[in-house]
Amino acid sequence: MSADRRADLVELATRVATQAKPGEQVEAYVARSRDTVVRAFEGEVESLSQADDEGVGVRVIVDHRQGFAWAGSLDEDVIADTLQEARDNAAFATPDEFLALAEPDGVVAADIDPWSDLLADFPTDRKVELALELERRVREGDPRIRKVPNAAYGDGSVEAAVASSTGIATAARRTVCSVSAYALAGDGDETMTGGGYSVGRDPGELDLDRATDDAILRATRLLGARKPASARVVVVFDPEIASDVLSILSGTLNGEAVLKGRSLFADRVGEDVSVPFLTLVDDPTNPMAYGASSYDAEGLACRRNVLIDNGILQGFLYDTYAGRRAGVASTGSAVRGGFKGGPGPGARAISVTPGTKTQQEILAEIGTGLFVQSVTGLHSGVNPVSGDFSVGAEGLMIRDGTFAEPVREVTIASTLQRMLKEIVAIGGDVEWLPGLAAGMTLAIADIAMSGA
Amino acid sequence: MIDESVVQRVLGAALRTGGDFAEVFVEDRRVSSARLDDGRVEELTSGRERGAGIRVVVGETTGFAHTADLSEASLRAAAEAAAAAARAGGGGANAAGFTHVSAPSPTLVRIQPEDVAKQTKVELLQRADEATRAVSGSIKQVSVGYADNRRRILVANSDGVWAEDDVVRTRFGVNAVATGDAGMQTGNMSVGNTIGFELFDEQEIEELAREAARRALLKLNARPAPSGTMPVVIKSGGGAVLFHEACGHGLEADAVLKQASVFHGHLGEQVASPLVTIVDTATSEHQWGSAAIDDEGHPAQHNVLIENGVLVGYMWDNLRARTEGRASSGNGRRESYKSLPMVRMTNTYLESGDGDADDIVRSTPNGIYCAGLGGGSVNTATGDFVFGMTEAYLIENGEITEPIREGNLIGNGPEVLKHIDAVASDFDWGWPGMCGKQGQSVPAGMGQPTLRVTELTIGGTAA
Repeated sequence: MSADRRADLVELATRVATQAKPGEQVEAYVARSRDTVVRAFEGEVESLSQADDEGVGVRVIVDHRQGFAWAGSLDEDVIADTLQEARDNAAFATPDEFLALAEPDGVVAADIDPWSDLLADFPTDRKVELALELERRVREGDPRIRKVPNAAYGDGSVEAAVASSTGIATAARRTVCSVSAYALAGDGDETMTGGGYSVGRDPGELDLDRATDDAILRATRLLGARKPASARVVVVFDPEIASDVLSILSGTLNGEAVLKGRSLFADRVGEDVSVPFLTLVDDPTNPMAYGASSYDAEGLACRRNVLIDNGILQGFLYDTYAGRRAGVASTGSAVRGGFKGGPGPGARAISVTPGTKTQQEILAEIGTGLFVQSVTGLHSGVNPVSGDFSVGAEGLMIRDGTFAEPVREVTIASTLQRMLKEIVAIGGDVEWLPGLAAGMTLAIADIAMSGA
Repeated sequence: MIDESVVQRVLGAALRTGGDFAEVFVEDRRVSSARLDDGRVEELTSGRERGAGIRVVVGETTGFAHTADLSEASLRAAAEAAAAAARAGGGGANAAGFTHVSAPSPTLVRIQPEDVAKQTKVELLQRADEATRAVSGSIKQVSVGYADNRRRILVANSDGVWAEDDVVRTRFGVNAVATGDAGMQTGNMSVGNTIGFELFDEQEIEELAREAARRALLKLNARPAPSGTMPVVIKSGGGAVLFHEACGHGLEADAVLKQASVFHGHLGEQVASPLVTIVDTATSEHQWGSAAIDDEGHPAQHNVLIENGVLVGYMWDNLRARTEGRASSGNGRRESYKSLPMVRMTNTYLESGDGDADDIVRSTPNGIYCAGLGGGSVNTATGDFVFGMTEAYLIENGEITEPIREGNLIGNGPEVLKHIDAVASDFDWGWPGMCGKQGQSVPAGMGQPTLRVTELTIGGTAA
């Protein structure tokens, strides 16, 4: 897949879009992807799968009604049927005057191509070696590591195009690869787990040492973990967890959720919503971000959107529909989860203005608290409508400004609203992680820690 | 779906350079869904996909490839790619003739959803929207979703298995947002079964809608959940996800064989309170995780996992069972033809005991009454789990009193199983879950009677 096929995909999508009948708007999104996963276990290749995938999603708007259909094929006949099905579906929707496809808005797209030809040229043998090597290094790296139940190399490349009868014709592509390991530490009576990974655009960017060291450190430093006594504490989130929290927070800044009365920030533009030293931005034009893209899922140029500026809520993320309904322009923030769904507003590259301190300095400053290295139940325990936040956590107590005893079976709880107001430190250790947001050490006060 | 002679030649190609096992999995899936939000029917969606996944097993290694093109040439190319991935070399099995697996479907579909007019589906959404809003002026937002899914599969392998199934699932869900002085709260209700459109003859949409509204309204005046460890009474059907997470995942043979499960090495031992019997069954009529065969062509089974507290069995797929020289338990499932099968639960439940639900509450001086649990997750290696309470109350002096806001429950699977001290006789199935594992999502049913866990940690914000 080293050949650039974006032009072919644009042409294919455009052929669908030009079949719009008078009074109809038609949009086609076509995508092709290739994924490889190699899993290693105890010195053997457990599985190797290679998968090519392709498909089309068609949106039709007619008489202010919208219909959608998708198919896991790019055959001409199937695409024709899919267009017909989308048309048919439109007839049953409720008319909505704000429905419309995106139209070119003159914003020039950033010149971003998060793609590496090196990935396509990387032989399968080497992928297998990386998985085996990582599994071996973690297993042999520390006598306390008992097993490595998951060690994998994975990569993927995707090329997608969107074209519409309203003049959109754009394409984007990306490559990503990773190594990851999940280790069990301890003897039969006690087991703790920890993971490590490394991500890059191509295998040359992968850092096997880091993935190995993280998996071993995270699993072994939890050995001996106990349930702590319940208390209100300052929680210091590891960068990876801070990234998850920011990703969830971004869901509350979705313009469509706001319009539909499902955001705790509705009607709060211009108000203080966080500590004054927090500025939060979604900027997919930052090439460092894994979500970086020149175009959004409706084919508009991605752009930098400031959502919270020095503590003041500035606005929300919009796609074309939500923008029209709110009376503002799209912020170029349409996203979609592949060809099986239509677009909606969403963040791609959230970051906060970094502080200047290292993680160590933050621990020293806080003195006493809880350091969280992993959380569970983020999706069941955080309600982006009410803001209720309650998740399971593992990590280390912080005493005398440094890591102390490990803890497990803890929950930490607050509300998103409160957490924004209780930020006590943002680290300078920003790193882009493969989610919607950058990660950095983040300290938040007054969180209820429930243990014994 | 494909001619037998073609499949035989494709399996031959897969094993040409050797290998212990080869399999062709063909799938044809059609879905339709409709969503109402903010008072409008926003969109109807239709989708379809069709393709084949081919795997070749050589020793410890599995090679896998798939194709959306069901022509013989394309299938052979995928077979060769899978064989190359598995590094087959010398010897191995031969594809012989097929024996057709005869497995009765646990479910008869009376009304194929694809034969139902789209307008009829849309009307269901509108009825649910109206019924939800009619409950109270404080219901400020409603979304309603309908989805049906027809999945036809064919599995054929070099052991001579030839099995087919045709499964229809229909699902309906309501989400209500209530707004009050203290902010917004949400309430969800959903129903989903292995069933056709006759689901709506049995399930009154308005009842589901009112229940979603009630849950959202209830929490408007709820006080923050307490924090700390206390007894928790879980209402029948409402907390079945606990056993799926706390216990089920750790009884999947892939985790067990890698010693990544707390239940490894404890077969035949007392691992739970004697009141606990846990079963995984794909044979229960209409249940969300039921099917005639699993995704490896093995007939659906009823598997007792824990009997009166004693661990009696794990769940197996073909691959894991082969390495142990035993039979699969029919738990090999996959999200689609694009994925390798894994050991997965079907419908997992805790059997009824002989207690009385009201007595259990009355005999709990202080604690939590949890009527609904949402999603959750477990670390199978440590047994530590967490999940969100979507509807819960305080128990004070043996009575259910005030509702509490959302919070997580956290605990440890084996510990919870030992700390169940009362099980009622009021078994009920829970909501239709989608269980995620290694990036694959499959429908998983669950159920349980009212029961009490003597100690669980509540992750609330109140002191």
